[in-house]
Amino acid sequence: MRPFTYERAGDEAQALRAGRQAGQGQGDAPAQYLAGGTTLIDLMKLNVLRPEHVVDITPLRARYSDIQLGPDGLRLGALATMSAVADHPVILRDYPVLAQSLQLAASAQLRNMATLGGNVLQRTRCTYYRDPSWQACNKREPGSGCAAMHGFNRNHAVLGVDDSCIAQYPGDFAVALVALDAQAELSGPSGRRIVSVESLHRPPNGAPHLENTLAAGELITAYRVPAGGSARRSLYLKIRDRESYEFAIASAAVALVLDGEVVQEARIGLGGIAYQPWRAREAEALLVGKPLTETVAEQAAQAALAGAVTHGDNAYKPELGRRTIVRALMQAKAMEV
Amino acid sequence: MDSSNDERGPSRRHLLGAAVAGVAAAPVTLQAASVESPARTMPEGRSHLTLKVNGRDHQLVLDTRTTLLDALREHLQLTGSKKGCDHGQCGACTVHIDGKRVLSCLTLAVAAQGVAISTIEGLAGPDGMLHPMQQAFIDHDGFQCGYCTPGQIMSAVACVKEGHAESDAEIREYMSGNLCRCAAYPKIVLAIKQARDQTRALV
Repeated sequence: MRPFTYERAGDEAQALRAGRQAGQGQGDAPAQYLAGGTTLIDLMKLNVLRPEHVVDITPLRARYSDIQLGPDGLRLGALATMSAVADHPVILRDYPVLAQSLQLAASAQLRNMATLGGNVLQRTRCTYYRDPSWQACNKREPGSGCAAMHGFNRNHAVLGVDDSCIAQYPGDFAVALVALDAQAELSGPSGRRIVSVESLHRPPNGAPHLENTLAAGELITAYRVPAGGSARRSLYLKIRDRESYEFAIASAAVALVLDGEVVQEARIGLGGIAYQPWRAREAEALLVGKPLTETVAEQAAQAALAGAVTHGDNAYKPELGRRTIVRALMQAKAMEV
Repeated sequence: MDSSNDERGPSRRHLLGAAVAGVAAAPVTLQAASVESPARTMPEGRSHLTLKVNGRDHQLVLDTRTTLLDALREHLQLTGSKKGCDHGQCGACTVHIDGKRVLSCLTLAVAAQGVAISTIEGLAGPDGMLHPMQQAFIDHDGFQCGYCTPGQIMSAVACVKEGHAESDAEIREYMSGNLCRCAAYPKIVLAIKQARDQTRALV
């Protein structure tokens, strides 16, 4: 690990001052915020993230870790831990897709450490990104190429990729947030703003070292999840190589409003197969107004994966993604709400 | 600096170090020195900190990069917490912070101030009476080589306390962050169930 200076931010103003150089997720940003540390310390040990200054924002927990339930929806402080939200009885009942996306992620220890803010911003598990002995990684070293394109890419993305990067977004919670049209409250050196969670992550656009749309020094302070009919009939289906403590090779966050068998509203988020938390709007549009049969679900799944681009080892992913969507939709239909 | 963690006598680590030195006729002082201060590489970039471990405050001066795991093992001679992967993937380094199980390898020591840290060394009673979970692992042979065991036990104690040990399936799910290369998993599940039932009987 490279040497760094450590600063414990006593309050928000100090954090934002100290974090002005935090950048937008670049490995060479001079400053990084530290919350749970489960991504940051790991990647600092690997020499992938090399901050000169680490700003510990744990003291902001007192202000930004509340879980608030209201008639308009849910507000989750970004410094709440994954476990606090995963085990919350009302979230389990009214927003099962959110609770499940957290329960099925990482391990009990990691969920006790990791915060919701850091979880959404977690970095890809691409082995070429995580190992600096590979020279070619556009995400780690801009312009150096992509070793995964013709390398071992079994778990790389098939949606939202370009010829600069095929890294997979590994998280689950952000996929559920995106499906539910959640918003993020941000606080930064130039003030506060609210954006959609979907707009937080950038597409690669030839510059995959820029991971997110946060302004320099900006912090996620909370998420707002609107109350809606679909959240109750929602679930997170995660397909992985082993049953627990593993990243998705495909996942679907599904939320439905049904009138009998007919779909009134459908929301589909996809994980494990895309470059960023992915919303399958074409598939949603195909479902609305139709009775939810397996045939209709398959048509929607076809639409969701229509733009898939594979690179060899990950050629199995479009089919796995389609089956994941179909199973998630049929399971959500069968839910008793 | 408080480094007097020797109430329990010489640690296995010191004995091992002495044995190696004896066999190889290596300078004993070097062995001792490397145990005492392996992080003396940097004149700057150090931090003064206080860690509260198993109810006692320890003042340390450490390289800012030192993880809580290395602080425990290399500077406080609390070598029960183990370094497996050092990347948060194996659970061997599991300790409790304010009663919650966390990974000490992904925690900076400098960021672990002002909280209560509990390690496997603090689990047994002051009279040496083993915690029911420790006894259960012995009763059921919940290990083979034993390297992952301190992490397994710390995780298991928390698992029961969280209420996530109601069934075999739930125990397996909520213990999945602790890997055992010897695959003692069936015995670990048995041990956790025994300790769970005993802990309940005590309440």
